[in-house]
Amino acid sequence: MPDLNALKVSEASLASHDVDAVFVFILVIAGFFFILTQGLLIYFAIRYRRKKGEEVSTPYITGNHALEIIWIIIPSLLLVGIFAYGLQVFLKMRTPLPGATEVQVTASQFQWSFKYPDGRTSVNELRLALGKPVKLIMTSRDVIHGFFIPDYRQKQDVLPGSYTFLWLLPKRAGTFDIYCSQYCGTGHSLMRGTLIVMPQAEYLSWEQNEQKKLQAGTQAPADQGKRVFENAGCLGCHSIDGSAKVGPTLKGLFGSTVVLADGKTVQADEEYLRESVVDPNAKIVKGFQPIMPSFKATLKDEELAALIAYLKTLK
Amino acid sequence: MSNQGIASSLPDRGYLTEKGFHSWAFTLDHKRIGILYICTTLGFFLLGGTLAMLLRLKLLVPGPAFFSDHTYNVLFTMHGAMMIFLFIIPAIPSSLGNFFIPLLIGTRDVAFPRLNLFSYWIFVAGILVTIGSLVSPMDTGWTFYTPYSAQTSAAVTTLCFGLFLVGMSSILTGLNFIVTIHTMRAPGMNWYRLPLFIWGMYATSVIQVLSTPVIGITFILLAAERLFGVGFFDPAKGGDPLLFQHFFWFYSHPVVYVMILPAMGIVSEVIPVFARKPIFGYKAIAFSALAIAFIGFLVWGHHMFVSGMSTVSGIIFSFLTFFVAVPTGIKIFNWIATLYRGSISFESPMLYALTFIFLFIIGGLTGLFLGSLATDVHVHDTYFLVAHFHYTMMGGTVMGLFAGLHYWFPKMTGRMLNEGWAKSAWWLIVTGFNVTFFPMFILGMQGMPRRYAEYPAKYQPLNIVATVGSWFLALGILIMFANFVRSLRGGTPAPDNPWQGLTLEWSTSSPPPEENFHEIPTVTDWPYSYGKKTRHERGK
Repeated sequence: MPDLNALKVSEASLASHDVDAVFVFILVIAGFFFILTQGLLIYFAIRYRRKKGEEVSTPYITGNHALEIIWIIIPSLLLVGIFAYGLQVFLKMRTPLPGATEVQVTASQFQWSFKYPDGRTSVNELRLALGKPVKLIMTSRDVIHGFFIPDYRQKQDVLPGSYTFLWLLPKRAGTFDIYCSQYCGTGHSLMRGTLIVMPQAEYLSWEQNEQKKLQAGTQAPADQGKRVFENAGCLGCHSIDGSAKVGPTLKGLFGSTVVLADGKTVQADEEYLRESVVDPNAKIVKGFQPIMPSFKATLKDEELAALIAYLKTLK
Repeated sequence: MSNQGIASSLPDRGYLTEKGFHSWAFTLDHKRIGILYICTTLGFFLLGGTLAMLLRLKLLVPGPAFFSDHTYNVLFTMHGAMMIFLFIIPAIPSSLGNFFIPLLIGTRDVAFPRLNLFSYWIFVAGILVTIGSLVSPMDTGWTFYTPYSAQTSAAVTTLCFGLFLVGMSSILTGLNFIVTIHTMRAPGMNWYRLPLFIWGMYATSVIQVLSTPVIGITFILLAAERLFGVGFFDPAKGGDPLLFQHFFWFYSHPVVYVMILPAMGIVSEVIPVFARKPIFGYKAIAFSALAIAFIGFLVWGHHMFVSGMSTVSGIIFSFLTFFVAVPTGIKIFNWIATLYRGSISFESPMLYALTFIFLFIIGGLTGLFLGSLATDVHVHDTYFLVAHFHYTMMGGTVMGLFAGLHYWFPKMTGRMLNEGWAKSAWWLIVTGFNVTFFPMFILGMQGMPRRYAEYPAKYQPLNIVATVGSWFLALGILIMFANFVRSLRGGTPAPDNPWQGLTLEWSTSSPPPEENFHEIPTVTDWPYSYGKKTRHERGK
């Protein structure tokens, strides 16, 4: 069955409720005109159909001024009403509540990076606390992207060279989809993220935990690398169980011989792995497209080293 | 000539008598040029439709399937660009417009027959250059948004040049029609005796002449950005990617009225003929065409509510957008009122004209959700928009074109279409169309973005419905084309006026002679005098 839940009024965020109210308002007006026009169209078509062999003389009616004026004035008034209601809610959607937490969003082909006020970063996963207003300040590193959370009824294009913003007030805990809504290239449809809304207490303890992990430099490199691997969103395109996704699997990659698109082969050593992360298009694996973004600016040197340590463990 | 004996035993072939490549390629006859356009544009309709079938096939499966994501992106770009620039923009104006404007206003040809032929060949040149861009096919979407279109390795520059030429053809054709309608009307045909198709074509031509240069310039700027690194749209060099979108939509919004106004013109011709009633509200329909053309120039920003354009601009564009709905509504109310107390028969042209109204109402009403700021934020760039667009353009323009093709086929070819085949095709097309595109409204409300080669699995069931619908739609269209081809040779010879129409094209033979009329008619009445006048009305 199709998921019809998404058609119900969404209570996921402050804006979603208002937007759906406008939607229902327009639906009622559109529904009225739909029934009126289609009803008359079908009724006249049946009522005045020509029966076989019958010659009916039809009246010579060329118009009616009163009717023309009615069907100019009434729709015009209703249209102004629709405009005004949409405007009112739109202004609300565009005016952030004071005191909103600011999160920096950077879009690039084909991922979302988030930077929280305390300096933590994450890729393709945005965590927010329930009931706290958030302002997303967004920019793109390459082409135009679109930040879209369907359950929140919110969307904003993300531009290179300038900031656009979006603000949210989560009203329900849960997991929500983030899509890229503006076509941005080969991996456009895979540029998806997740919004996780947690109750305030849970969010705080998660936040502390993250900060602790950040400070714990004593972690084994492979364990640290596993965390980098998960946070950077590698799993979106690469499997670790041997199955092919958009990108080649990483299972048993280290030490293997890789066949490249130009027919050459290369030994998958540490340097190959490093290069493939910071400059992915330098060597393209045969049968795959050059669509992986560079992680040069996203990952710090020690994170990269840890990531490679982790990749070695994927036997 | 050796086959002269055979020719004389067949019905009079009118303007089609002469045969051979030369007689077509260098013809100055507007009717032959119209036929050339019909064949060319319908060819791209079939090709673009085939691409759409491949797209729908891939969308049966949410994950990777059949072909790569990159191929999918190329295919939807080609489907869009081909359908928009090579089919739907020239489909009615250049083809049926060329053929019927001189016939409907009672003259022997367009004002500039040589320019007309030149327009056709520059169109073909544009197509050839466009095909040349396939060496590295475009993957930018038909909207060419920068900076992606400035960066991609695809042959964007070549395609820009090709479409520049196509645009030039469009400007010249529009100019030709404006002059023709102003200066070459038959004696007695004043502006209020013009058939409404002519009003629609007049408004269309004005838009073509005024807006097409803007897209031409935009293509040049984009090419300069790619070839010479001039940063019109590149923020790193002080340019603005939104400027491109403003330029692009300044053309591409008015151009949807280039697509729809001629179709509305056809519907305004067909409805009175098959309802045997005068058109209701002639002046309202005629002036609403001009109003749509005018307001259409002021609303391009409604494509950009979430683009990063300022809030104030968004508000102004939304307000103006709602006023396009008023003249559109006027037309629909007047067509429906024309049916009142008519004597309606349902031959295939009428079926398609009524289908136009039915589907266009859905397309128009769903436009309200896109014009309203608050709801547009959610449904913009989703399948809701895809559905709305196809309901207006395929459900509207293409159904209008089908109505026109069925209505005028006897006049153009001298043969009747097979009505049984036409009706079976119609059933399949109407059913298939709705099964294909209606689920997309729901998908869009659920948040499925457009241009997604792969999608979350929760959207799969409705995508399967849409894909199955597209098979019925395709089958219907194939039957329709089979009927065209078959009737061209084997159809019963058409009488001069098979539908008892009152417009001037029906007063000449089917097919018309080379110079349209043996004697230029004198017009004494408007072309919608159906029904029984009272004594009072006769006195007027």
